[in-house]
Amino acid sequence: MTELSVAKEDVAATDELVVLKSVNKHFGALHVLQDIDLTIARGEVVVVIGPSGSGKSTLCRTINRLETIDSGTITIDGKPLPAEGRELARLRADVGMVFQSFNLFAHKTVLENVMLGQVKVRRTDRKQAEEKARALLDRVGVGTQADKYPAQLSGGQQQRVAIARALAMGPKVMLFDEPTSALDPEMINEVLEVMQQLAREGMTMIVVTHEMGFARSAANRVVFMADGRIVEQAAPDQFFSNPRSDRAKDFLSKILHH
Amino acid sequence: MEAREIVFDFLGRYDVLGAFWTTVQLALLSAVGSLIWGTLLAAMRVGPVPLMRGFATAYVNIVRNIPLTVIILFSSLGLYQTLRVTLGAGDKVDTANFRLAVLGLIVYTAAFVCEAIRSGINTVPVGQAEAARAIGLSFTQVLRLVVLPQAFRAAVGPLANVLIALTKNTTVAAAIGVGEAALLMKEMVENEAQLLAISAVIAFGFCCLTLPTGLLLGWLGKKVAVRR
Repeated sequence: MTELSVAKEDVAATDELVVLKSVNKHFGALHVLQDIDLTIARGEVVVVIGPSGSGKSTLCRTINRLETIDSGTITIDGKPLPAEGRELARLRADVGMVFQSFNLFAHKTVLENVMLGQVKVRRTDRKQAEEKARALLDRVGVGTQADKYPAQLSGGQQQRVAIARALAMGPKVMLFDEPTSALDPEMINEVLEVMQQLAREGMTMIVVTHEMGFARSAANRVVFMADGRIVEQAAPDQFFSNPRSDRAKDFLSKILHH
Repeated sequence: MEAREIVFDFLGRYDVLGAFWTTVQLALLSAVGSLIWGTLLAAMRVGPVPLMRGFATAYVNIVRNIPLTVIILFSSLGLYQTLRVTLGAGDKVDTANFRLAVLGLIVYTAAFVCEAIRSGINTVPVGQAEAARAIGLSFTQVLRLVVLPQAFRAAVGPLANVLIALTKNTTVAAAIGVGEAALLMKEMVENEAQLLAISAVIAFGFCCLTLPTGLLLGWLGKKVAVRR
């Protein structure tokens, strides 16, 4: 296990997949992202945690430009994030995103949800797309629900479909924006298990979450944000047992000691 | 003679069905045209290009505030008689008037269709469009594949109202001499004594067109509603 993570870090040093350099963003008077520098290596799993309003969701959304930035640069696999149009759409296809509120297409069946991007963006033929969609749905454990509509599924099932929908594009990196925050407690684990499995398979993942258990077990690195800044980043063991900053100590004391 | 025959006897001298057939043609052609043009306007209004947004907003706000009679008269007096726009009808005045009436009705009704669809678009959660963009769909694909299909389903009710209003608005075409139901009514009123019966027949005719439309679209709206 130790050897594996060392090996991963070696790769990390040489292959930078997502790079944010001095990124700034304002919402009106609120300076929501302040000089963010963050590099994510291929195959790395980075968990972003922090108090509400710290800018972690915004950070996640800037990476596929669902939020624009005011200054700084974001590059993905060596290419700067395009501003608009076809180029941007092409890049988004390579960046999978999973939302807090699932956002499955409500007028399409589960199967169609997972096929849409393949057929319309990747131009895969329908038969192949359906095969891949069914395989992915089986993989996340909702294969039997393929012909239902999203509203007929539980939250946990919907979120697993959403993960399958993102994976169907063959993304280079997956963004998770609080994927379990809208779920009933008994459904959180079924989603986290799928994410764990993805992490083990070497997917590059950026996960904004409040699930500290997931951060401990699956993350290569924990990024702690507060008030629009990255306050601290460290390996999970180190971060949870021995946080350096007072802000992180304070945050952890509030969530870990009941 | 029975009372029924005395009251409704005059109908035999007029082509009531023919006039209503013209009404139906006016309504259907205008409905299709305004649905297309109104959808394009709605797409412009929610689109990212400021010029298009401005155009569509201005269009809707100007057109829906002009009386339909003025628009129809303009299409005849302004377009046809002054600018010689015949819409390919050549010297056939009746055909030209019919086409100009359809044009006027489309121009006018599209503003209301646009607003009905825009209200439908507003029922689609932002997350739907975000998820669609996140898998790499272009702006037009997001609109065409994800947002509009859901918006139309939510807009069936409001669109039914627009369609019913349109059907009744076709009577304004009588102002430029299109031989539809209202023009026939005017003719009958001038020539016959049974004024109540004439109104009743025309009113009944319109109810025959609009009541089923409303019921059918009401049923359809429930059937296609998106469950969230």
